[in-house]
Order: sequence, then structure tokens, then C-alpha cells
Amino acid sequence: MKAITKENLKIFTEPLLDKNPLTFLVMGFCSALAVTVKMETALVMTGAVVFVLSLSSAIISAIRKLIPSKVRIIVQLSIIASLVIIADQFLRAYLYDISKQLSVFVALIITNCIVMGRTEGYAIHNPPGKAFLDGLGNALGYGIALVTIAFFRELFGSGTLYGIQLIPDWLYEAGYKNAGLMVLSPGAFIILGLLVWLQYSFSSQRGATGEHSHGAGHSHHA
Amino acid sequence: MFEHYLDLAIKAIFVENIILGFFLGICPFLAISKKVSSSIGMGLAVTFVMTTTSPINWMVNNFLLKEGALSWLGFPEIDLSYLSYIIFIAVIAATVQLIEMIIDRFSPTLHQQLGIFLPLIAVNCAILGVSLFLIERDYTLAESTVYGFGSGIGWFLAITSMAAMRHKLRYSNVPAGLRGLGITMILTGLLSMSFMAFSGIDL
Repeated sequence: MKAITKENLKIFTEPLLDKNPLTFLVMGFCSALAVTVKMETALVMTGAVVFVLSLSSAIISAIRKLIPSKVRIIVQLSIIASLVIIADQFLRAYLYDISKQLSVFVALIITNCIVMGRTEGYAIHNPPGKAFLDGLGNALGYGIALVTIAFFRELFGSGTLYGIQLIPDWLYEAGYKNAGLMVLSPGAFIILGLLVWLQYSFSSQRGATGEHSHGAGHSHHA
Repeated sequence: MFEHYLDLAIKAIFVENIILGFFLGICPFLAISKKVSSSIGMGLAVTFVMTTTSPINWMVNNFLLKEGALSWLGFPEIDLSYLSYIIFIAVIAATVQLIEMIIDRFSPTLHQQLGIFLPLIAVNCAILGVSLFLIERDYTLAESTVYGFGSGIGWFLAITSMAAMRHKLRYSNVPAGLRGLGITMILTGLLSMSFMAFSGIDL
């Protein structure tokens, strides 16, 4: 069996933009928006989510025939929690400063609906290779949304990108001010709202209205 | 002494609202805020579970997991804090199950109202978030209980006001691409701004 087939490619690329988990499926907000004040934290968070989501999908899919369906939620939760503990310990050991800034939000990947949503909705019925790709694609799609929000919040909120000052000093002297609102939480909500607008206006999945995708999101985190 | 707790509660309810300030528990917030009646049910259930799990998780952390916490058993060197995530989530799931059984036994009407929401709560990040925050901020047992209760009330207020706003929204003409999630997120942003107006209150 070839590794790069059209079907596999579609599993991977679909969640990147068209079926982006954050803006299209309305999943996984918890622990997402709080880390978008700066690009740096958003990128590290994306790394942690990629690790947890792709591996938990692959592992759960590999043992899917051994899990009794009555206790599958708790089995999935313990696998996800173990992976999150590994990611968290790794960040504490090698990226201590950032892990302090991320505070409890890495731990909250455990209850992030996108992880449970993918393992419960996809990995449990599909072979490990596909489940891994699906997890990877969804995690990266999630990361794209996260980094986009962080881009706007850092640029307009503190005038920097990845810690490097972008707005020149003469502009500040001429009276330009950073928008404090962007650093605070309302900024994240409003930018996400505008991104969703963009998504629904241009996406090829146009047929799905907002209300409809709400229903889809709802059924997932039960 | 009382003022200190009141201050903590007001911070948890308004200024550091768990949804509007820390973005926790947004998935159920978006899914359930379509109807006022169900959002009241969900809000009550979350408040209830937060108020009970906060002190339980505080005790689990301080008597079992923290570095040196096992000294009452004669193992002062053991540090199990890396297990805290998995144990907290287990405690929350077990508490939710227990509460469901107790409510079912003593008040079937309340169980009917809260019933469908309780299982959803076990994977609500707001609950786990509150437990993790109270460890990170080194609260005492009493402070943890007040913080858990305050956060629950804050969640309740946010979801019911959102449901009321979405109810009114049905009669307004929203641009096509913004309908549903988009306008809800922007409304949440505005709601968050109004809650922020309470910052600076110091008792």
C-alpha cells in the first residue's frame, strides 16, 4: 500500500483550511485563545497539540479493537492525559520560561474537545496510519488558526512579532498607540469572530451555515 | 477576613471570569447558550460541580500529591505532582458520577433538569482549569472553595446573559457569513469587555 495516496492526502489537508477544527467545526476553544497573546506561546502550544493529538489518535486507533466500548471514554482520557503529562514535563525541562507563560493551558489539552472529538469521532473506527494523519492534520489546522489570531493580537497589541519590534519608533512619536484591547481577552474573541466570517465567506464548504455547524460541534463533545 | 473572601469571589465572578477572561469552557458555552432555560440548567450544574470538586482536588493535592504531602504516611520525600492532571480528571469524573446518583436519589425533578448536562461536565475544561488554577495560586482550602464557587457563578452569569442575547439576536439581520458562530464570538467579545469594566474593584 502506498503511503501517499490521494485519499491519505485529503485526510491530511482537509482540516487545514476547509474543515478547520477551530473556525469550521467549532471545537477546541478551551486552552486555545488564552495562549494567543504572543506568537511564541501560540507556536509552542501548537507543537504540544500536534504531539498529543497525532499520537493519541494513532495509539487509540492501534488498540481500538481491544477497548470495550463501555469504558472507551476513560481509556481515551487516560491515554490523552499520559501524553499531555509527557509534553508538559518536556516543556518544563527544556523550555521553562515558555512553560511558565503557558501556565495551566498545556494541561488543559486533556479536556480540549478537539482531542476527544478526533479520537472518538475518527480514530476509533479507522486504522492507525489514517488516524495519525487525521490527528496531524487537525492539530496543524488548529495551529494555523492559533497562529493567525496570535499574529494580529501581537502586531496590533504590542507592535511586535515573535518579540521583534515591527512598528517603527517614529510612528509612536507621531502619536500611534498600541491597541490595548488586543492584549485583553475581548480582542481574541473579536478576531476569532472575524476569522470565522472570512472562513464562511470564502470556504468551499459554503453550504454549511453557522447554525448547522453548531449542531455538528455539539454532537462531538458529548 | 470576610472581605478577603468577598474580594476573591468578586474577582472570580467578574474580573477574572473563567469564560470571558481565561477562555475556559467555551465549547459548552457556545453549544448550550441557544436557549435560556437550558443555559440556566447547565450553569447551575457547573456551579455545583465546581464548588464540590475544588475543595476535593485541593485536599487530594495537599494530602497525596504535593511534594512532601505524603509525610503523614511516613514518606516525606515522595513527590507525585506529575500525576496531578490524570488524578484531577479522575476525581472530577467520579464526583460528577456521584453527584448524579445523589441528585437522582433525593430530587428526581432536579435530576431531570440537570441530567443531560452532568456527563458533559466531566470533560468541561473550566472545571479542570479551576482545579489547576487553585493549585498554581497556592490557595488555602477555604479560598479554594470560595474561588470554585465564584468561578461557577461567573460561568453561570456569562452563559445566561449570552443565551438572552442570542434570543434577541433571532430578530436581527446579520450578514450571511457572520451568522451562527461568527456573530456569537463577536458578542462574546463585547460581553467580555463589559465584564472587564469591573476590574479595579478592590475591597
